[in-house]
Amino acid sequence: MNDAIISVRDLHKWYSGVHALKGVTLAFKRGEALGLVGDNGAGKSTLINILSGVHRADQGEIQVEGRPVSIATPRDAMDLGIETIYQYNSMVPTMSIARNLFIGREPTRFSVLGVGILDQKKMAEESIRAIANVDLHLRSPDALVGELSGGQRQGVAIARAMHFKSKVMILDEPTNHLSVKETNKVIGFVRGLKEQGVTGVFISHNMHHVFDCCDRIVAMARGEVVLDKRIEDTSIEEVHGVL
Amino acid sequence: MKRLFKTYLEKPELAGLILLVLLVVLFQVRSHGVFLNADNLRGILGILPEAGLVAIGVTILMISGEFDLSVGSVFALMPMTMAVLMVHGAPFQLALLAGLLVSAAIGFINGYVTIRFAIPSFITTLGMLFMARSLTVVVSGGFPPLLPVDLPNWLFTSFVGPGNMFRMSFLWFVAVAVLTSLMLSRTNFGNWIKATGGFMPAAAAMGIPTARVKIICFMLCSVLSGFAGMLQVLRLGSPLPSIGEGMELQAVASAVIGGASLLGGIGTVMGGIIGTTLIRVIDNGLVLSHVDANWFKFAIGFLTIFAVVANAWMRKRAKAIKMEG
Repeated sequence: MNDAIISVRDLHKWYSGVHALKGVTLAFKRGEALGLVGDNGAGKSTLINILSGVHRADQGEIQVEGRPVSIATPRDAMDLGIETIYQYNSMVPTMSIARNLFIGREPTRFSVLGVGILDQKKMAEESIRAIANVDLHLRSPDALVGELSGGQRQGVAIARAMHFKSKVMILDEPTNHLSVKETNKVIGFVRGLKEQGVTGVFISHNMHHVFDCCDRIVAMARGEVVLDKRIEDTSIEEVHGVL
Repeated sequence: MKRLFKTYLEKPELAGLILLVLLVVLFQVRSHGVFLNADNLRGILGILPEAGLVAIGVTILMISGEFDLSVGSVFALMPMTMAVLMVHGAPFQLALLAGLLVSAAIGFINGYVTIRFAIPSFITTLGMLFMARSLTVVVSGGFPPLLPVDLPNWLFTSFVGPGNMFRMSFLWFVAVAVLTSLMLSRTNFGNWIKATGGFMPAAAAMGIPTARVKIICFMLCSVLSGFAGMLQVLRLGSPLPSIGEGMELQAVASAVIGGASLLGGIGTVMGGIIGTTLIRVIDNGLVLSHVDANWFKFAIGFLTIFAVVANAWMRKRAKAIKMEG
């Protein structure tokens, strides 16, 4: 477990009497693309929500880079370098790409009590660079996100996570509602994460997408991990079998 | 060129601005040049700040995705609080502070209840509309208290400027408009307001304290409404418990005519001001053009619907202009 960037031990979560996570122990290895699969209600969303600060575990321990941490809010998770891209877009459609890239982390020229004047020049420059870095071709950072296609939005979300040097990127069903072409693009993004040294956690219903871009596959069912293997040691049939 | 065209079509306040210019020209012609003369402008500019400040508050709150129907009641309660305190011997400054605190408290309650119990702000503030109005009448005892004679009118209502064109209230209005406009467009807090109203799940997931952002917007809206009510009372010289009735809907109309979206996320302070000005211009222009003044509400109603339809159309046109490459 030496090269684990995040490791969780004996994680439990109850939702009003339902035992949603039953003692999950798992290590996410640095630079690895991990596919997390499972049926609805298998506990994968619960696990992800705990790691991204949306919910808190009722019991168990989380370590990031070997240190025990407490993740109480989405902000805590981001500060630890854990960025989550949700299946609903984590973008505000009525705002520009540049504004979206910096939501909640806007560069300011000076500030009092956390409120300050935006450094718009820096935002424009850095967003152009951030978008170019993930190989997205958009002419202007001032375009509204609402005008982008689903795949482009996921691309901007990934660019945002990259820009803030996240160490772990959790992608929750990023290929839902996307066309084949756009799906391939997103899968390309996930493959690209490894080159940048970012750990990817890819959650999907679609086994083909997971097998297309991940190194390791973890399957969950009824709140427990039921399979944890390298891609080359397993097959879509085996994973389906345990679910 | 195409880019410029698109940028302007996307401005939410554009429809309102075009309508405003058209109406000013129309009224100027119909009134044989009386509309834009100094006396008439002085009249319009003298009362614009009161409705304008309320509209600014309502617009910002709408951008954050919420709604306030209680502004008209706060408009009356704030100066009534001040008047009652001053009758009991409190100095103006203390009464002002108390009035603003009462307004802020009402905004806080509106926001807290809306968020804590996850109910529509339409309901919370509808309830507050009745409660605050009732309080106003109760504290006044049914009779408007007499205001002291030594009020600092020089600071709020006196005429100033070249040809005594403006009241001091207009300068307050301009200052608030500039500050709130900058807050919305140039600060990170403004970004949070737009994100919260634009798509709350995304804003929350990115770590924005959405509940706090909304509550601050509720409080700002209430404080501006209370302050505007005080300006009106100082102008009229008497704290009538009935002032501001119907104001909440006019403020919403102003915001909407100025391009703010009822769904949140879209709108500008300038739009709210343009909307208010438009309503004031129609009110005044109809009279000057010898049109039956009872057409006023019809015009406002028609304009509200028309502006929203025009805005939706322009936004669609703007979207159709592809700028990818």
